[in-house]
Amino acid sequence: MLRVEQLQVGGLKPLTFEVADGECLAVQGASGAGKTLLLRALADLDPASGRVVLDGQERSEAPAHEWRRRIRYCAAEPAWWSDAPRGCLPAPVPKTKLDRMLRSLDLNPALLDRPVALLSTGERQRLALVRALLDEPKVLLLDEPTGGLDPQSTALVEELIKFQLLSGRSVVLVSHDEAQVERLSHARLVLSKEKPAAEAGASAAL
Amino acid sequence: MNYVPLSYWDLLLAAALLIINGGISWAFRLGLERSIAIAAARMVVQLSLIGIVLKFIFAQSSPGWTIVFALVMVVAAGVEIVARLNHRIAAWPLMGLSSSTLLFVGTFVTVFGVGFVVSPDPWYAPRYILPILGMILGNTMTAIALVLESLSEATHRDRAAVEARLSLGAHRFEALSGPLRSALRTGLTPMLNSMATTGIVALPGMMTGQIIAGADPVGAAKYQVMIMFLIAGATALGSLLAAAGGVLLLTDERHRLRLPPGFPTNENARV
Repeated sequence: MLRVEQLQVGGLKPLTFEVADGECLAVQGASGAGKTLLLRALADLDPASGRVVLDGQERSEAPAHEWRRRIRYCAAEPAWWSDAPRGCLPAPVPKTKLDRMLRSLDLNPALLDRPVALLSTGERQRLALVRALLDEPKVLLLDEPTGGLDPQSTALVEELIKFQLLSGRSVVLVSHDEAQVERLSHARLVLSKEKPAAEAGASAAL
Repeated sequence: MNYVPLSYWDLLLAAALLIINGGISWAFRLGLERSIAIAAARMVVQLSLIGIVLKFIFAQSSPGWTIVFALVMVVAAGVEIVARLNHRIAAWPLMGLSSSTLLFVGTFVTVFGVGFVVSPDPWYAPRYILPILGMILGNTMTAIALVLESLSEATHRDRAAVEARLSLGAHRFEALSGPLRSALRTGLTPMLNSMATTGIVALPGMMTGQIIAGADPVGAAKYQVMIMFLIAGATALGSLLAAAGGVLLLTDERHRLRLPPGFPTNENARV
């Protein structure tokens, strides 16, 4: 269970919500509304006041790297720091498990040793998803996970997300695809910029 | 020691060569005339002052004055590092890191070099300590500035990759290992190059000075070899400390990059 209380993100009014185990919360809003900032704040990649509690433990009580092992942020554009994707995998993983996950997204394991620069956008996107799931985080923060994918790959990714939900993980999903939100999510959170109280007060004083 | 002393007239004659610098700037409209004049004036004033100050300190021959002067050199080098860097790291923490690294490296290597290798009598003889400390600080300063510049530049450039590693549960030193490695390489390379070419392409300043002052060239070469080893050790140690400290300054206690979203400016840099 992920519980968020009075989380202050960007210029938004404080956010309070819960995502139960096995549930998917869709985050919606116009571009620049703060969807990515919200995911980054949950993963503790940006400072944000307020409480984020996972299974009874507050964000600040866990060492930062432990927290991000349990709450995994998957950026819209995956980044790589090695020539081939294999160099960018977290600590050694059993080959069988890795191959199984790759094949579930229709990826050839040989792609792991190709130069990242030669992979297609869709291949990189799916490889990044596999990379994020290998150490089995508790919560997935997915930023446009099917952004660069064709309908076939999109369907495979959605299957994988559903499987993760069935295994008891929670998902916070940012997606512009209304049909996808319909298919995957149990609840929605719509972000919209409202004038923050402090700013309103300041302009009233003038 | 016998050498031809220079008159002020001789210096003016040498300064005439600056006309070439000014001429280039003027012909190509580089707008460097002012900078050339200021730099040359600074050089003359700084070196004249240092001549007077060193004369005074050598006359005192007390450890107290030597230490005071050494501290002034450390602070000046720290200020220079802050001035050389882009503003991706806030000035005060940067000043603290640079000065403490210089102080530690300068003390350690100078005490080792003068105390154990040269062993003059008395051990604090300023005419050994201060020039050696100066050469060590000058080179270490350049190494620290290069390391921190490279580290912050690479971290900024590879921000997405660094944050991807952090997201996957990496510690800040793991996540920044790429920028850290390239920064260390940048810091160590100049000394390697100068060790490899010294004596072939250029005669080092100290050796030249000793030779002109009338020292035996073989003796001067020996001194230069020792100094090169001291500088090599100092730049390596300084690079390592600066890189480690730089990682801590570029991240916060929650292992987040301090580089703010958008552009790094002084206003929104989080300290």
